[in-house]
Amino acid sequence: MTVPPVLEGAALVERARKAGLTEDELRRIERMLGRTPNTLEIGLFGAMWSEHCSYKSSRHLLKRLPTSGPRVVVGPGENAGIVDIGDGLGVAFKMESHNHPSYLEPYQGAATGVGGILRDVFTMGARPIALMDALRFGRPEHPKTRKLLNGVVAGIAGYGNAIGVPVVGGDVAFDATYDGNILVNVLALGIVETDRIFLGRAEGVGNPILYVGARTGRDGIRGATMASASFGEGSEELRPTVQVGDPFYEKLLLEACLELFKKDAIVGIQDMGAAGLISSSSEMASRSGAGVRLHIDQVPRREEGMTPEECMLSESQERMLLVAARGREREVVELFEKWDLAAAVIGEVTNTGRLDVYEGDTLVATLPARALTDDAPKYDRPQRKPSDLESRWIDIDAPALSDPGQAILAMLARPTIASKRWVYRQFDHMVRVGTVVLPGRGDAAVVRILGTPKAVGIAVGSSARFCALDPKLGSRLTMMACARNLACVGAEPLAVTDCLNFGDPSIPEVSWQLAESIDGIADACRALGIPVVSGNVSLYNDTEGASIQPTPMIGMVGLLDDAERTCDVAFKRAGDRILLLGRLTGELGGSELLASQGRLEGRPPMLDGALELSVQRAVRDMIRAGRLASAHDCSEGGLAVALAESCLAGNVGATVAIESRLAPSALLFSEEPSRVIVSCAPGQLDAVRAIAASHQAPVVDLGAVGGIALEIAGVARLDPDAMREAYEHALPRIAGDE
Amino acid sequence: MRFGIVVFPGSNCDHDVYHAVKHVLGQEARFVWHKSTDLDGSEVVILPGGFSYGDYLRTGALARHSPVMQEVVAFAKRGGPVLGICNGFQILLEAGLLPGAMLRNRGLRFVCEEVELKADGRATRFTSKLSPGDRFRLPIAHAEGNYTADGATLDRLEGEGRVVLRYCDVAGRVTDEANPNGSARGIAGIANEQGNVVGMMPHPERACEPILGNDAGRRIFESVLG
Repeated sequence: MTVPPVLEGAALVERARKAGLTEDELRRIERMLGRTPNTLEIGLFGAMWSEHCSYKSSRHLLKRLPTSGPRVVVGPGENAGIVDIGDGLGVAFKMESHNHPSYLEPYQGAATGVGGILRDVFTMGARPIALMDALRFGRPEHPKTRKLLNGVVAGIAGYGNAIGVPVVGGDVAFDATYDGNILVNVLALGIVETDRIFLGRAEGVGNPILYVGARTGRDGIRGATMASASFGEGSEELRPTVQVGDPFYEKLLLEACLELFKKDAIVGIQDMGAAGLISSSSEMASRSGAGVRLHIDQVPRREEGMTPEECMLSESQERMLLVAARGREREVVELFEKWDLAAAVIGEVTNTGRLDVYEGDTLVATLPARALTDDAPKYDRPQRKPSDLESRWIDIDAPALSDPGQAILAMLARPTIASKRWVYRQFDHMVRVGTVVLPGRGDAAVVRILGTPKAVGIAVGSSARFCALDPKLGSRLTMMACARNLACVGAEPLAVTDCLNFGDPSIPEVSWQLAESIDGIADACRALGIPVVSGNVSLYNDTEGASIQPTPMIGMVGLLDDAERTCDVAFKRAGDRILLLGRLTGELGGSELLASQGRLEGRPPMLDGALELSVQRAVRDMIRAGRLASAHDCSEGGLAVALAESCLAGNVGATVAIESRLAPSALLFSEEPSRVIVSCAPGQLDAVRAIAASHQAPVVDLGAVGGIALEIAGVARLDPDAMREAYEHALPRIAGDE
Repeated sequence: MRFGIVVFPGSNCDHDVYHAVKHVLGQEARFVWHKSTDLDGSEVVILPGGFSYGDYLRTGALARHSPVMQEVVAFAKRGGPVLGICNGFQILLEAGLLPGAMLRNRGLRFVCEEVELKADGRATRFTSKLSPGDRFRLPIAHAEGNYTADGATLDRLEGEGRVVLRYCDVAGRVTDEANPNGSARGIAGIANEQGNVVGMMPHPERACEPILGNDAGRRIFESVLG
């Protein structure tokens, strides 16, 4: 056993660069340590100071987000956020990106994304009950899209189905901006008893540190560093940095951990995710102001001859680091052995504030734990508003439609609009018998909480085109769309998790987009009275200098006090009345209609905060009072798409007549916010109107459910087969199944 | 009645069956760990769905070697009612309690959706509350539900009234279009000769309550209650 060498001069700088550190960062480390780090220590800093682990370009901006509230039990900074839902229960949830690995190796990248976010939730002591996926792919005709779509969906299915956590919904869109950088964001949600929450803390000097789960191999080494850089020529060669997942091990780990949590044998626990053992150990130590001593040769391995650096940086999956109460380690090891999992004491908690790594008797790395975590550099990157932005804010004249019926069918066949049945059919979305509103049926997922009358609603989405045209307004619109989706299933928003997917932050325009977007999310949080409790930032979604359009993915969780009082989008009975809550202004900026003409322009539609909240409150109250047969947010693809979807879901037609001076294209396809299409039995009409009036929500009479066709008087008549043909076949065709 | 729900490593519908049996039907339910060598006084044994041992080999191939399976086989031979759901059905095939085998779904993809089914064959311990021709819907969720057996076995199963569930269309016709996985003769569930052992790919435990939009699965569990 030897101490790793200390390099000098150009060799030192080159070694640091390979680890992902700039020369300035290297000098900063030397100043912090008062010496030059050895090669192992450089590797540890490289991983921990990566954008992915340190949030060095976004940390100061994230401070602008509201993170507190009366229901917050655990806010950002832990493995997942937890919000109180009463009855001694909380929901633990977080959304995380796995964009870079999923582009390089779609199946494993997406699968391990699921595995990682599940561990973040169950490490808190929560039983995972739901997954949601938010995916962005490039153009359908791009040569890589088919393989990426198939691989990502199969990867999520392969992992989620096996572990038995339902994928209850999601959001899938296609756009040229993602041709070289797809987005794979997965949200996991679990239920936890609020007096049995476990945190990632290393406390109690002398307490043993245990490694549990699968054995360590050479997969995923420097994955965090890979995920913190742009793609360029030769990026395919980064494939070995992608981890390989095993859902069977994860299932065993999940059940073993939940069994362990029932005992009082442990002090803290953390998933070994990005940057593996180094991040889990240093983060647990610095959160507690403690130190840790690790004996690297005690780490269970599945490969021979691994170096200390490989062991510390491996991102092998299905592993946890935990701190046991002294004297209880034998019990912990036996429990994991019952589940056929590796478990070993690999160190102890100290009071030095340092991370000391031993190989045998040799101290091979000794660093202040905080130097790796809290004291990582923070960059306030230069920001600049894109020079071409305002030139895109032109007034949009409603395009003429030669055949509105054909235009509606074409819109239904747009991959972003079309049915996602091809995707969710591959996911077990019913396991755990909690899914009350199935995917494809509701604007948000609804999952009941067994043992209580309650349910949670979960909505995910990102209005990326709006964000491209105006990141602040676009982010507010995204947030309000999620809240409106929750309202449409009867849920009251509780809190937010976010994945901020942006490009290269060294580009001033990208940093400006990030800052603006965070401000927009913060504004909407305040308007809704809800905090952000968890999330992640994914930067460097960039290929050869081309960054993606800003895509702040929002996951919003809401509460239903009565799981029975919910609603889906399907029209139910002939004779039911159809109403629109909200207004018809016909704004078309940033709409799918313009996108279908290759145009990214106009200003995103105006958001009237008071109107938006009125509509949300009104629809939620109507559902809670049991007055509605259906409720559907009117957003992507506009009124026409919302009506068609309600008909298709209910397998019934509708006749609507709209008094409006708007051009048909503006009437049918405007994506203005603050609108919901509801239907109710004729006998409920007065009650529905009264609830709308009590919230000052405008009501527009649209027509009635009935027949088999969707008839929009004076505009179009669409028969169900034609709508179904357009709506159902787009994705199977992209995937190559048809 | 006392239901024993066998838990293999990788079972993931065990809690769902427990919920249906205990909280919906009000029966006694307990989990039986796969390493157990007795069934803890169970009067009905259910092998739930999931991915036992990860299903990296053939589905169910490793689970059938679990210590508890000797007890399950002996229980079945004594005439005790045994229901295998999804992965549990696959395990019953591997254990030789039912004939035939499973292939990958025809479309090679995992399929999760509600499908149209019809009852067929003679009454068994788990289908006595159904009449031949009854149509209802139940969820399926599997990648390997493409049931296969040689022609003579299939003829015999049909001749003896041991095909208890078939995939069908809304008119009750067993057609290729209505078959979600390519299963031979649209078979979704079969029974042994005595009618005490039944395997089915659909998940009745997921359809026992109106809040889930479907309670057709109750009749499967109610059948065994007599």
